[in-house]
Amino acid sequence: MAMTAAPVSEVIGSRRPRLRPVLGFLVILLLLVGLWEGYKLLGAATGGNIPFTDASLPVRADDRSMPHVTQIIGSLFEPSRRGAEESLGLFLLGAAWVTFKEALVGFTAGGVIGFGLGLLFVRSSLAERGLMPWVVASQTVPLLAIAPMVVLWSGKAGLPLWVAVAAIAAFLSFFPVTINTVRGLRSPSPTATELFRSYASTPGQEFVKLRVPAALPYLFTGLKIAAGASVVGTIVGELPSGLPDGLGRQLLTFAYYYLSGPEKLYAAVLFSALLGIVFVSLVALAERLVIPRSRRMPA
Amino acid sequence: MTTTMVGLNGVGKTFKGRNADTTALIAIDLAIEEGEFVSLLGPSGCGKSTLLRIIGDLTPPTSGEVTVNGKAPEQARRDRDYGMVFQQATLLDWRRVLKNIALPLEVMNLPSAERDRRAREMLELVELGEFGDHYPWQLSGGMQQRVAIARALALQPALLLMDEPFGALDEMTRERMQMELMRIWQQTHTTVVFVTHSIPEAVFLSTRVVVMSPRPGTVAGIVDIDLPQPREFETREHPRFFVKLNEVRETLRGAGVD
Repeated sequence: MAMTAAPVSEVIGSRRPRLRPVLGFLVILLLLVGLWEGYKLLGAATGGNIPFTDASLPVRADDRSMPHVTQIIGSLFEPSRRGAEESLGLFLLGAAWVTFKEALVGFTAGGVIGFGLGLLFVRSSLAERGLMPWVVASQTVPLLAIAPMVVLWSGKAGLPLWVAVAAIAAFLSFFPVTINTVRGLRSPSPTATELFRSYASTPGQEFVKLRVPAALPYLFTGLKIAAGASVVGTIVGELPSGLPDGLGRQLLTFAYYYLSGPEKLYAAVLFSALLGIVFVSLVALAERLVIPRSRRMPA
Repeated sequence: MTTTMVGLNGVGKTFKGRNADTTALIAIDLAIEEGEFVSLLGPSGCGKSTLLRIIGDLTPPTSGEVTVNGKAPEQARRDRDYGMVFQQATLLDWRRVLKNIALPLEVMNLPSAERDRRAREMLELVELGEFGDHYPWQLSGGMQQRVAIARALALQPALLLMDEPFGALDEMTRERMQMELMRIWQQTHTTVVFVTHSIPEAVFLSTRVVVMSPRPGTVAGIVDIDLPQPREFETREHPRFFVKLNEVRETLRGAGVD
């Protein structure tokens, strides 16, 4: 009996036009710009009050608190400092590159440690029960409090500053990888493990052919969260370390000179956010290459 | 001269509970000969799936003796003497259909050319020749279950263990799959142990139906199904088919199952 389901499967397997996500992104970007500028217009119209009341708006809408979007974008093409030849955009790009390299080291270390811990927890419930509370507790410790300590320790140990920064990034990024690795490695159904048992497979075969592939979508979810976290960790780590080149330092500087150029701080914030987006997108790209479309988890 | 494929001698199974133990099976005696198609039929909770899992060495019996292909079940499992089909197809959704069928052959460490050849052969056997490069999620439930059967047969097992394999399919697909299974059984001469709670399904497919009763699970009776072979679509309209249906029903009733 010949089944003629090929057309159906072709429909399921067909690729949607790639333009859609780009279009969606642009629409939301425009919407955000519109909200920002709309809020400013509202503030200008009411003199900074909520319409028909005397209560002031939660955030002041003047150009000092909220520079125009055009001002922020425009500042990217102006010199980064008085008398500097480099534009602010290029300058921030350089700073983002420095931060990215540190974050990448931290992300990689965090990913490896996170996966290793996940593996350990799946293999040994004793390790899981003993260590998991500490792993969870580690993430509740305020990063701002431990970052200076890590910088201090690594300085005493004679390590370069960027190692401390990467370590802080790793500290923040290993956790989502661990949690998702554990979930992923445990995701195969009992029936699937019985199937492997019925084949008299070795534990190694079951791990490689069943558990790891089943865990991949979970692992990538963890890695995407870790990518974002590693950028945050790096920037927070850069603050006490005094590293002069990364985004963290620039954020600090522009916050200090906020009154003379608020748009510069916003530009730096923008670049920090962009760096996170780019990093997460890179992981998503790797995921595309590794996992067929059907098995990806919704981002 | 036939040989015994599955021998059960006083097999019992008790699950240890926190407060009380549950006896799932008690004193099961059964011999399944080579080439037979035997159904284990009974209501939910009669231990028929547990019995199948004991034969497959997926769970140990608490008492009694089990032989599979003349060996202890564990040895039979290690020698890959049986293939298993579950109610859920349990295909690995990151593998294409052909690679799913080749999975047990990979575990056996067969050379890849041999794996491909056998997997393709099995794919033809279940008449899914054009779907080898599809992913499981691109197939219907019935087609997925056919892939699962092909995968179980790829090992060329002496014995096929099936745990309500068509339980999740709609009635139309189910009857078509029963025909398919009959054709495959005729072609491969594999001994089949088939768990079901559908009386017509058991009667249509089997050479013998083992009727089980629950709490604790025991064999209430065995009904020989002497309908002509090969089973065809018309078998379901055969007068003897209804006689056998009733005989199985009576056996169930006699065991206190309504």
